[in-house]
Amino acid sequence: MFENRKLIVGGIMAILGFIVICRLLYVQVLTDQYREAADMNSRRKIVQYPSRGLIFDRNGKLLVSNQPVYDVVIVPKEVAPFDSLDFCQTVGIDMPTLRKLFADVRLQIRRRRASIHKPVTFMRQISDETYAALQEKLYRLKGFYAQRRTLRKYEYPVAANVLGYVGEAGDKFIEKNPYYAPGDYVGISGIESSFEKDLRGKKGVNYIMVDVLGRTKGELYEGQYDTAAISGRDLTLSLDIDLQSYGEKLMQGKTGSIVAIRPQTGEILAMVSAPTYDPSLLVGRARSQNFSTLSNDPNKPLFNRAIQAWYPPGSTFKTINALIGLEEGVITPATRYPCSHGYSIGSFHLGCHGHASPLDLRQSIQNSCNAYYCYAFREIIDAKKFGSVKVGLDRWKDHLVKFGLGYRLGIDIANENRGFVPNSAYYDKAKGKNWNSLGVISLSIGQGELLLTPIQMANVAATIANKGWFITPHVVHKISGGNIDTLYTNRRYTDIDTAAFTVVQDGMEAAVWGEWGGTARSAQVPGIRVCGKTGTAQNPHGKDHSIFMAFAPRENPKIAISVYVENAGFGATWAAPIAALMIEKYINGSVAPERKWKEDRILAMTTITAPKPPDAPKTDPDKPREAKPKANAKPAQDPTPEPAPPPAEPLKPAIPLPTPIPEPQTTETPTDAQ
Amino acid sequence: MLSDNNSMASYRKGVDWLTLLLYVFLVAFGWANLYAANYNPEAGAQFSFNSEYFKQLIWIVISLACGGVIMLSDSKVFVVASWLVYVLSLLLLTVVLFAGKEVYGAKSWLVIGPVAFQPAEFTKIGTALVLSRLMSRYGFTFSLKSYFKLFAVILTPVVFILLQNDTGSALVYFVFLLAMFREGMSPHILIIGSLCVVVAIAALLLDAPPVLIFISAAGLVSMHLLMSRQQLVWGAPLSLGVGLFVGVALWAVMTFILDRPILEDYVILAGMGAATLTSLLLLIAHRLKGLGWLLAYVWIALALAFGTSYAFDNILGDHQRTRINVLFGIEDDPLGAGYNVNQSLIAIGSGGLTGKGYLGGTQTKLDFVPKQTTDFIFCTVGEEWGFFGSALLVTVYVVFFLRILSLAEKQHSVFSRVFGYCVAGVFFFHFSINVCMTIGLMPVIGIPLPFFSYGGSSLWGFSVMLFIFLKLDTDRNFLIR
Repeated sequence: MFENRKLIVGGIMAILGFIVICRLLYVQVLTDQYREAADMNSRRKIVQYPSRGLIFDRNGKLLVSNQPVYDVVIVPKEVAPFDSLDFCQTVGIDMPTLRKLFADVRLQIRRRRASIHKPVTFMRQISDETYAALQEKLYRLKGFYAQRRTLRKYEYPVAANVLGYVGEAGDKFIEKNPYYAPGDYVGISGIESSFEKDLRGKKGVNYIMVDVLGRTKGELYEGQYDTAAISGRDLTLSLDIDLQSYGEKLMQGKTGSIVAIRPQTGEILAMVSAPTYDPSLLVGRARSQNFSTLSNDPNKPLFNRAIQAWYPPGSTFKTINALIGLEEGVITPATRYPCSHGYSIGSFHLGCHGHASPLDLRQSIQNSCNAYYCYAFREIIDAKKFGSVKVGLDRWKDHLVKFGLGYRLGIDIANENRGFVPNSAYYDKAKGKNWNSLGVISLSIGQGELLLTPIQMANVAATIANKGWFITPHVVHKISGGNIDTLYTNRRYTDIDTAAFTVVQDGMEAAVWGEWGGTARSAQVPGIRVCGKTGTAQNPHGKDHSIFMAFAPRENPKIAISVYVENAGFGATWAAPIAALMIEKYINGSVAPERKWKEDRILAMTTITAPKPPDAPKTDPDKPREAKPKANAKPAQDPTPEPAPPPAEPLKPAIPLPTPIPEPQTTETPTDAQ
Repeated sequence: MLSDNNSMASYRKGVDWLTLLLYVFLVAFGWANLYAANYNPEAGAQFSFNSEYFKQLIWIVISLACGGVIMLSDSKVFVVASWLVYVLSLLLLTVVLFAGKEVYGAKSWLVIGPVAFQPAEFTKIGTALVLSRLMSRYGFTFSLKSYFKLFAVILTPVVFILLQNDTGSALVYFVFLLAMFREGMSPHILIIGSLCVVVAIAALLLDAPPVLIFISAAGLVSMHLLMSRQQLVWGAPLSLGVGLFVGVALWAVMTFILDRPILEDYVILAGMGAATLTSLLLLIAHRLKGLGWLLAYVWIALALAFGTSYAFDNILGDHQRTRINVLFGIEDDPLGAGYNVNQSLIAIGSGGLTGKGYLGGTQTKLDFVPKQTTDFIFCTVGEEWGFFGSALLVTVYVVFFLRILSLAEKQHSVFSRVFGYCVAGVFFFHFSINVCMTIGLMPVIGIPLPFFSYGGSSLWGFSVMLFIFLKLDTDRNFLIR
């Protein structure tokens, strides 16, 4: 009876055995997921963090170093009742904060972000001193541990835009860069970012085995795969931190930028972006809060204007048009053009300020004559040899590209902007096929579609100083144990003849030192042959930008500089004296006491905070630099003639512009000469 | 006299060496793995008298001694003493209920001086003996009265053990149904039991409509089997046709005439309902047999489908719900309720094809796997011996079970046969629940792996059961009653 049922019972057992074997086959052989999980379980990589490279300035002054901080870590399972009051006092928090910290840990555990068996960060970044106090009590705090980390320490509150900042690597970044792990620091902007690979060094690693509670159970593979951490490389910058500090001081309260370059080497001596911030703000526990404050600031302190802002170059650009005109043979140094308060043709009129007429090339730079460049620019792009204005414009553009305009220069700080140089294709699109040279006439005086970054303009100054070549500007000039990219040692030549530069240099020197009509006399530094060119750029955001471009001294130039002060007015009024102070500071090492008033005047001026900046300065554009007694100025006038009540409004710059186009309001204005 | 002795000798068989060999292999291999699970790679090979593997060695020696005593005893003793053993073990269970020690939430340990043991392990022997005795009575049939007796014998210890909060050990007793099935118990009880499991799981995993469809499908298939057996050839096509027509008609009416699109689930359900109804009517009209069982199936399935969800949501505790959810992959929770199983899978999975070598396991050595010497001892096998080793072990177990079954079938006396089935069933149940748990095929139910898990009581219990059967087997040609 029922004998065949033995087959059913036996069959059930055999089938179950078969199912188990199939499952084992899957779990053990066909899938890797459990093997990988096992490695994660028991193999711990103990990462040895290298110290990040130090940063020095050109004179060997330490700018950036590292400071130790400690994270308090707890293993929840091990935490036993402890003297919480004493703990709070030691680390400087109150009881509610402590409760909140524990609540956070519990929340993490509940969300499975943390395990009760594994260390979880309890308090972040307590200082060295607090840690010292805590350490003595740690033996009584079961389950509490301290983990050392390092943060950046800034010795000077300046150069934030150059140095950049360091932050924890984000999830997306880690996905693309497997070198990093959550919690690692990475340079996010400035040279911290562009030299990340040099600065970070190399993480070392120790493989150990741990048990379920994370307790060490000895070395894995007898330590043969362990590596030591290699410290990051130290960087020496070309920045002169004193000059940088001075520049930031001068720019305080204003918006704009100063870039100073050493012409022979392309080394950036100072790179100021205003407004700026103290780099220490982006370190440590307050970082995220400060960061959001800074990024919400309408004045955009995190925006590195020196390399990212695009500005019309204004009249400073006349120097380049002069060079191109000479190279193309359409003008000679002796060519003269008339100026009758501007350039008129048919119903078109582009204004200029009053000066003698006609002027030759040198004088046109000295006086910043708009009409001269209208003639010259049209001669260039309408030249017969080109056949059409389009070919002419593109040829003109090619010259500009050789100056490093319209493309990124390739400096060693990330996120450089390329500026903008229009070509014929651009105008075909913007204005239709049938545009002519008159339609793009604003390019002649550096207005219109043309846009340069401050670093590009400083580089133009350096190129003129070098008479036709430059080395790509850079801030890092030495890497300990590493080499600088040859990009930063090779000369880049323009296609303009050296002789032409001599003529333009003459004009720029005359602009500063000329007996009459020099628009840049506010840039004079006694004893130094400063060559410069002012600019005043119209812009849709309010008052004109005050611009100045210079180099000094003329022989063996040591510094080339561009200064941009947004919405401040004439170039000669603000940018030129700032450049003069910077030049004096760099070449002489300090500003002479008799020019202290000049410094004070700059410091007193703000465009940011005050709802309406005191317009005082405008009235006396080019303060008498009485240093030179001979100078024409009328010192008498300036002894604070304008106290509180704003002075007589200076009439809008001499030139009303009737014309269409981006009006080139010329600027260099009324110096006393007029 | 002499000749009688001779004939007795030829009648009496020696101990079954294959079974004994398999037993020795399992015990020895089990001990080796227990040693590995306790092995500390830092301390190296040390032999401590206080360690689990040393104690287990003593338990093994005691087990073998018990085995020797049993082999020297008389087979009839076990028949005579069956009730005594059963009642005594029940008494022990009662004592545990009041004076027991609680471990892992189950109050199942009795501590006498330095020795702690689980009486539940011995109750199994008593229950198996009594069941064998009852079913080997002359003229035994599965009458209602017998059912009542048998279930009373099985359920009494189950109730006691459930009161100890030891669900795993209680479940083991249902394996005796296998032995009863062999003896002629209606297959419907086994089938209904399996159906219960399937429907309950389906009800947990799926929404109501698919479960109902599943139940109707099962009902339809069985009805049509009934009909085709009883020469009602056209019954199946007819009811299927009716079902198809009703389904299509419903869909067409809802979609084209009432313009209210209807879920396919309901269309299928309606069709199947119609088909089932037709079949039922046919079956009634032709007075076919088996109708009662069929209705019982359908009703039980329906009750289960809705009852399970209800019980799951309203009766089970949070941790039980989570465990079930994790098992079925409804919740992914590797650090929470699924931690044990996940770590166990990691350990076994990391063994790969050939394993990490004896004493070479890391997951088990470093305590990632919980209860690794008791409930999760199989992890050590999986990790250190790999797929080859663990598959071999599974094969050995299955061969071992089948050998016991085949021996049981050779018994002249029903008592020995039933007892053999009980022994094989208990081993099989422990083995399958335990191994399936470690490889994530079943929820975590803490019962030991026979001969492997650390613990004296379970080892003694299993060994004594096996040796009683081996003793009975030596007298397979006699009628023991």
